[in-house]
Amino acid sequence: MFRRVLQLGLGPGRLTRGLGTRRGSFTLDWEAQVLEVKKKLRSILPGEPLELHDTSHLPPEHSDVVIVGGGILGLSVAFWLKKLEKKRDAIRVLVVEQDHTYSKASTGLSVGGIWQQFSLPENIQLSLFSINFLRNINEHLAVVDAPPVDLKFNPAGYLVLASEKDAASLENKVRVQRQEGAKICLMSAEQLQNKFPWINTEGVALASYGMEDEGWFDPWSLLHGLRRKVQSMGVLFCQGEVTREKAFLPSSTGDMKPRGVWVKMDNSLEYQPVECAVVINAAGAWSGQIAELAGIGNGPPGTLQGTKLPVEPRKRYVYLWHCPQGPGLEAPLVADTSGVYFRREGLGSNYLGGCSPTEEEEPDPANLEVDHDFFQKKVLPHLAQRVPAFETLKVHSAWAGYYDYNTFDQNGVVGPHPLVVNMYFATGFSGHGLQHAPGIGRAVAEMVLQGGFETINMSPFLFSRFYLGEKLQDYNIL
Amino acid sequence: MAAPGAFLRRVAREWTRHARGIHDMRESVTPDSSQKRRTLLQFLSSYFHDIEVLREYLLRMEIHKMHWKNRPVSSIQEKYGPSIAGALFVLKQGGSVKFRDKEWIRPDGRGRFSSEFLEFQGVPVEAVDASGCAINYQGLDHLLPLKELRSLRLRRCPNVDDWCLGRLHPLAGSLQELSLAGCPRISERGLACLHHLQNLRRLDISDLPAVSHPGLTQILVEEMLPHCEVLGADWAQGLTLRREEQPRDTGSPVSA
Repeated sequence: MFRRVLQLGLGPGRLTRGLGTRRGSFTLDWEAQVLEVKKKLRSILPGEPLELHDTSHLPPEHSDVVIVGGGILGLSVAFWLKKLEKKRDAIRVLVVEQDHTYSKASTGLSVGGIWQQFSLPENIQLSLFSINFLRNINEHLAVVDAPPVDLKFNPAGYLVLASEKDAASLENKVRVQRQEGAKICLMSAEQLQNKFPWINTEGVALASYGMEDEGWFDPWSLLHGLRRKVQSMGVLFCQGEVTREKAFLPSSTGDMKPRGVWVKMDNSLEYQPVECAVVINAAGAWSGQIAELAGIGNGPPGTLQGTKLPVEPRKRYVYLWHCPQGPGLEAPLVADTSGVYFRREGLGSNYLGGCSPTEEEEPDPANLEVDHDFFQKKVLPHLAQRVPAFETLKVHSAWAGYYDYNTFDQNGVVGPHPLVVNMYFATGFSGHGLQHAPGIGRAVAEMVLQGGFETINMSPFLFSRFYLGEKLQDYNIL
Repeated sequence: MAAPGAFLRRVAREWTRHARGIHDMRESVTPDSSQKRRTLLQFLSSYFHDIEVLREYLLRMEIHKMHWKNRPVSSIQEKYGPSIAGALFVLKQGGSVKFRDKEWIRPDGRGRFSSEFLEFQGVPVEAVDASGCAINYQGLDHLLPLKELRSLRLRRCPNVDDWCLGRLHPLAGSLQELSLAGCPRISERGLACLHHLQNLRRLDISDLPAVSHPGLTQILVEEMLPHCEVLGADWAQGLTLRREEQPRDTGSPVSA
């Protein structure tokens, strides 16, 4: 009997001919016959049904968790989901990424800084957790037979300059940071001048400088190290998109929870339905669109149904310039009172920097074209005023990237939506998603697996604050 | 299989014989070396999941061993004070310690050392030579309370990296001599945070394989620490020498 079952399963040609001749009738209804055969097979052989055409390029039809977005946040969530699962291979995770070259993803285009100088205690704790993760990266992301991950971390520190009117709030912030365990020291203008003689301290009343655990690193190596580790842990990847035409499988019970995701394969018109229990929205600058496709925000304004996810893409420029007389090897990541920031890049007197534009000057996020006038008009005057050596700089190149900008309070959204309860967010961090990625990934994984936050209490970051109107403001956003 | 414990020990010994730090556990897979130098376990793990799990376990054990060596000695610290605790930690790792006005205390070839230093209450530690020891970021916890440390030698330490250098700033008040020669994981990015150590008079940064441009790095470090004598690469090291003998040389005389 078993051998007959095997013959039935392994010989499609014989099978259909056998069916037709047994029944005695010959119909042209090929599709119906195939469906009947599949149904019969499914009843005999439990588990994955036999596919009669090649589907190896498609993602699986069932998955426990689908992560929309394969950047640093999505991979971090995948890593922690696999790390915190109770048994080996207990959870099947699928990561859907629209572009495996990451050409527009915010991760690769980021400046790569990490610092603990925030005003919210949760942000400081996230930074501390992430820096511990990065320090022990080769234990966390160890894959047998693979070379170690070299993050190229520069522990040069982060220097925040404050004018007279901001000095008091800076002192308060440093007190909170020190309470959480960050090692920040306050410097007066004279101490600053002694330490970094290339700074012009005019207009600076106070400065806070991180002595340890602050600096910048290479986001590409982190991304690829995570990707390699996550693949070795058994997470499935697929290059596809969640598009406007067909996005989510509607729920069978009539409520708002999607039953699964439609994935449109890359460079093809093929759509693959993936049934899943949990969808994680880690799509970065495009998370607002994904949330809209899930029905979040479709309702009368002012109600919970009508509250949209306020994350939209914002374009930010980064300029690379060369200045032979510039600050030396000890230059930290400097954030000026005017909002301009810069850091060293490599050994050859090259520097990276930029500035966040004001609301009125926001560039159009439709493409990633660079506006060089912005540097000449908005960035260079402040740079040259703060570091006189930069008057002779020459811009080498520039690029633009997206911030997943949270228009409500510029802080991230983490955790499930109150109505669409199986969609979890891990987005909206407006420029500091990269440095908090390990902590955020862990928080979301704990929420999915254990139902609550355990390591760091991220409940102020839940979605409900948009409906309740409680802003979570942090005053140190670059 | 008889005596699985003995088999595992033999396997672990064969595996760890070639490994010095935890990063030598993972050989990079390159096309030329993969055929020639694969060990038995590597070969088997591409066929059997169990061997793959075994290799992951051995890797985790190596990491755990390094953590164990650097574990905090808090009980000693409470009883004797931070300087004696730090000295004990260094001696257990295989390094040497010098208290002020006393002789160097070194462990002998078998790792034993005299315990006379336990009576040196209140005498500060002046010099620590932890060359070749498995000290890492966690282990530096024991050295940072030594507020009067004048000389620190960390030559050829396989686990000292850029993160550890970022941690040395509490010693800025007293540290005058620092030697990092031969550490495989220190790069120019870690050397940049030595600018906190303003009292440094002698710095040895020779023979650092992870530094990409030794000559240029030396110049930049000298600019960063104007009062310090920096021993390291000669600035001409990065330049190829043009001599008549050059056609006879098989490779360039520049070290990597």
